[in-house]
Amino acid sequence: MDARARFAVAIVVLGLLMTGPFLISAALVWMSADPAEQQLMIDLIGPRLPVGALMTILGFAVGVAVVRNLFRQYVQGLLRMAEQQHLMLEANRDFRIEEKGPPEVCSLVRTTNALAQQRDELLRDVEAQITAAKRSVEEEKNRLAALMSELTQSVVVCNLEGRILLYNSRARQQFRALSDAPSVAGGGELIGLGRSIYTVFDRNLVAHALETIQHGLVSEHAAPVANFVTTGGAGQLLRVQMSPVLTGGGDSGQQPEAVRDMPGAATRSMTGFILMLDNITRNFENESRRDQMLHTLTEGNRAALANVRAAAEMLDYPDLDDALRQRFRGVIRDEVKAMSERLDETANEFADALKARWPLEEMLGADLIAAAQRRVEARIQVPTKLEEVDETLWIKVDSFSLLQALLYLVNRLSDEFEVREVRFRLSSAGRLVHLDLIWSGQAMSTETVMSWELEPMSFAGESSPLTVRDVIERHGGEMWLEREKVRHRAFFRIVLPAANPQEAVDSSLLARGEGRPEYYDFDLFKWSERSHGLDDRLLTELTYTVFDTETTGLNPSQGDEIIQIGATRIVNGKMLRQESFEQLVDPRRKLTPESIPIHGIQPEMLLGQPTIDKVLPAFHAFASDTVLIAHNAAFDMRFLQLKEKATGVVFDQPVLDTLLLSQVLHPHQESHRLDAIAERLNLHIVGRHTALGDAMVTAEIFLKMIPLLAEKGIRTLRDAREAAEKSYYARIKY
Amino acid sequence: MGNKILIADDEQNIVISLEFLMKREGFEVSIAVDGEEAVEKIRAEMPDLVLLDVMMPKKSGFEVCQEVKSDPALQSVRILMLTAKGRDTEVAKGLALGADAYMTKPFSTKELVERVRGMLAEG
Repeated sequence: MDARARFAVAIVVLGLLMTGPFLISAALVWMSADPAEQQLMIDLIGPRLPVGALMTILGFAVGVAVVRNLFRQYVQGLLRMAEQQHLMLEANRDFRIEEKGPPEVCSLVRTTNALAQQRDELLRDVEAQITAAKRSVEEEKNRLAALMSELTQSVVVCNLEGRILLYNSRARQQFRALSDAPSVAGGGELIGLGRSIYTVFDRNLVAHALETIQHGLVSEHAAPVANFVTTGGAGQLLRVQMSPVLTGGGDSGQQPEAVRDMPGAATRSMTGFILMLDNITRNFENESRRDQMLHTLTEGNRAALANVRAAAEMLDYPDLDDALRQRFRGVIRDEVKAMSERLDETANEFADALKARWPLEEMLGADLIAAAQRRVEARIQVPTKLEEVDETLWIKVDSFSLLQALLYLVNRLSDEFEVREVRFRLSSAGRLVHLDLIWSGQAMSTETVMSWELEPMSFAGESSPLTVRDVIERHGGEMWLEREKVRHRAFFRIVLPAANPQEAVDSSLLARGEGRPEYYDFDLFKWSERSHGLDDRLLTELTYTVFDTETTGLNPSQGDEIIQIGATRIVNGKMLRQESFEQLVDPRRKLTPESIPIHGIQPEMLLGQPTIDKVLPAFHAFASDTVLIAHNAAFDMRFLQLKEKATGVVFDQPVLDTLLLSQVLHPHQESHRLDAIAERLNLHIVGRHTALGDAMVTAEIFLKMIPLLAEKGIRTLRDAREAAEKSYYARIKY
Repeated sequence: MGNKILIADDEQNIVISLEFLMKREGFEVSIAVDGEEAVEKIRAEMPDLVLLDVMMPKKSGFEVCQEVKSDPALQSVRILMLTAKGRDTEVAKGLALGADAYMTKPFSTKELVERVRGMLAEG
């Protein structure tokens, strides 16, 4: 019974209460009276009845007003308050109930509002704490990512199954060098989150190294590491250092450091490993060159020395006739001359290798000069200026000792000749670099100045056992004093060996997509290899390759060909923009003019691109161990399958189709085109209509679909496949 | 004495010294300038001792040594290997292949003569 009905009943009851007793007692009096008395009552009451009825009606009206008022204030007021409470509970957290009505209701309102206030404060507090915690985690992650990307060493972190959890851009470059198809996939088929390290390294090699580390852990070795050298795909030589990732979490995480490190604590179990990679192909070449040089200088001279020595010893015999004597002398002359030549040749040829013995680093010359300027100004308070500085020059230096030498020289110039300003100049001279330290001022003798280079460097509280000469020699360089008489200036010229420009980190590898690169995913630590097939795996935990192709036309069976493949990866529910695959393909046939507006690929863009038999193996490697996803997958798969025979590459992994899944989710929608779905799912599309652009949109759509599918009870790969098969579109054959 | 010596070396500049030295000792000297010629001359002339260089064209000293030592008919031929390779491992190889003695270049000619005399006296 709703409130209104109850009100009506209350009114009826009120009416009955007000008239009922009077009417009943009147009826009783009427019945007990004789006819004469009844006549008397009619005469007496009859004319006054309207007054009584009026009073009754008046009383009833007042009663109704009172009941109505009570009803409004207590019943309807409470009902309204309940609705408002509901509003506060769900839709509008900031809503507060207005204080209105009788004091009892008002006090209820106050309590309710106070409770809401308390709830809001609690919620805000929890949210703030969550945000703070998230921020600190994010900061730590960013710091780690920044650190990793700054490292000049390649670092790859794997879990125990050999899946890659983290890598830096240097590692990516290194893997690119290892790739068999560097131009096609850029090493992306080798390195990527969730990929297996075993595609690069022999499983046994890694297993052996892991065993070594386990052994080290058991015997409580302080820092168990394993080293191995292996060859990569393209004949590259890699030196690998493996160290363990030890459990810090769980029970052991609660323990203080000291307890954990105690022998026998047995909490140090491995959850993964870190690989530090060093491409030593070039070092190795250098070393073999050095070996070869040593060999030429030692073994290569043995025979010649033997000849000389024997001939010389023959000359001692008194019974030697003149002709023979001449011949022995000839032997000595010829051999010694040949040895001298060999020595020169070797010295020239291996001069670089000899210099490389010092651990010199390659550095941009301009950076060294900038550092020198800063230090001279800060430490010696001598202003500096730059003359021509060739910003492209790389030098091979030990920057610490070289800067020390420069500071020392400036310090002496300032102390002894009151030089008030120095200038730097950097220029190239063939394989050498000239670094000039210039000053102007009073004349000084060459001897004085050049004697500085033989004294141990000490200045401004710093002292070094090395002399400037030592430093220069360490660099395989030279130094001298020159004068520019016209300008009343002099300068020290330091000659240093030039270095080949370092490969700058390929910015395209870093800059794709916004924000921080997705080079790590610690959630992968939680992965475990399931023995059963992929069918019962949750959609949320699978790794996907989402791809799209552009083709010359729609009929692969009539000779239409793939001209572009684009793909991206989804790992642990995240799309990895950095790990994408994009490759144009030479279709070996003409593009029809009507297809060009669709894919936007001009015929000249395909000149010199690899053919499909080169691209498919790389794409296959990129997609290995993943589930394939495409929009209208049947179409793309048909193109891939028609190439199976020719290329020997078979794509037999599970395939999901976002078009079919969309049909499962929204069976009553007319359009299941990519744009339409994206719009439905509130996705903003940029850069469509390239294979990679479409693949990325498809990936985002798929990620949005996963929770929607789960609402329909579609959680595993098997569920998704079966649902898609049932859908109407599945019956259409392409 | 009339001992026969074969000098097998492709380097003319050492052969001239060795030839002079051996002739001066009163030996009968013949010369081979590569591995194949060395084997032929050993079979044809049956020298008492061969001064055998390791690095020779056509056949290396090691090969010559192995061939000679595996032929029972050539049992009496002694071999002194001369080599410009000073590593212990190569000395070991020469001796293992049956060389009777081994000298590393550069060597003292006096020592060489003594070694040759000693080896011939043993035989």
